[in-house]
Amino acid sequence: MLQVSLYRYNPETDDAPYMQDFSVDTGGRDLMVLDVLELIKAEHDGSVTYRRSCREGVCGSDGLNINGKNGLACISPLSESVKNNKLVIRPLPGLPVIRDLVVDMSLFYAQYEKVQPYLQNATPAPAIERLQSPEERAKLDGLYECILCACCSTSCPSFWWNPDRFIGPAGLLQAYRFLADSRDTATNERLAKLDDPFSVFRCHGIQNCVNVCPKGLNPTKAIGHIRGMLLNRAT
Amino acid sequence: MVTSVTSFSRTGLSDWLIQRVTSVILLAYFVFVVYQLGTSVDYTSWRSLFDQSWVKVFTLLAALSLAAHSWIGLWSVFTDYLTERMLGTVGNVLRLLCQLGASLALVVYVIWVVVIVWS
Repeated sequence: MLQVSLYRYNPETDDAPYMQDFSVDTGGRDLMVLDVLELIKAEHDGSVTYRRSCREGVCGSDGLNINGKNGLACISPLSESVKNNKLVIRPLPGLPVIRDLVVDMSLFYAQYEKVQPYLQNATPAPAIERLQSPEERAKLDGLYECILCACCSTSCPSFWWNPDRFIGPAGLLQAYRFLADSRDTATNERLAKLDDPFSVFRCHGIQNCVNVCPKGLNPTKAIGHIRGMLLNRAT
Repeated sequence: MVTSVTSFSRTGLSDWLIQRVTSVILLAYFVFVVYQLGTSVDYTSWRSLFDQSWVKVFTLLAALSLAAHSWIGLWSVFTDYLTERMLGTVGNVLRLLCQLGASLALVVYVIWVVVIVWS
């Protein structure tokens, strides 16, 4: 039997959050962490609350803190997550908890909105499409794949302390995705908005974001590129 | 509310660049001092070493670098942990007090270095 410890909090009935233990029969199978949550909800306690949707690592809904490391429950196998037959599941750290494992992502989305994550081009749109060379398109690899699960930003201490000012690794990865896009003409305006002591420069390069990204992306590298662009623009 | 008003240069890029340049100067001075300690540590040799103008300038440069580097680093620490978000209103008071204390200490240290080296 797998020992599972779940973070529980219902603001309508609980004074404070607490951990609840469950013994779950996995039948010896190497289930995903999400499967274990589904088992608990179906067989132990139907009130356990969490987000989930695609259950295959595409939608980014079930970002959780699993045995101390952020990840997507649906693509985290027990064989890689469980330590000493124990599974401790908490909500993503640093964001307000709405209930159990569901967090309020408003701060995360507010930072995402700040970087204006859409193509900006002042020139008249061509009849068919704005073309890119294969080399220009290749610059977007490793940037566009982000699914906004928030695993990276909520593992970043700089984001924990200043979630209202530091854009965070997810937002900055998207900022660079548009800075690096040959079709975007708002590079200067985008950079001007990032040149304060908080938005980009609160990143101290500890690479927690790289360590937890379920898609294997590298926000720290993108942040380094943004710093380089800011430096080139200023000198 | 945490703002950039008390940051060293008001912009993130300048603070970041200054911190990197000053760290190189501090590393060079540290290597220089360690090398000198390895060759001679008696009063006369140190006196003659620090009588040279370039050593005085280098020392002052290192002291100024230390002050700038420390302020940027401490400012980051203060604005991370001593904030209204973390501690309520007392966070703002604590942060301003710490910033005041740190800036005064750094100014005193720089003046002290000037007095010691150039007197």
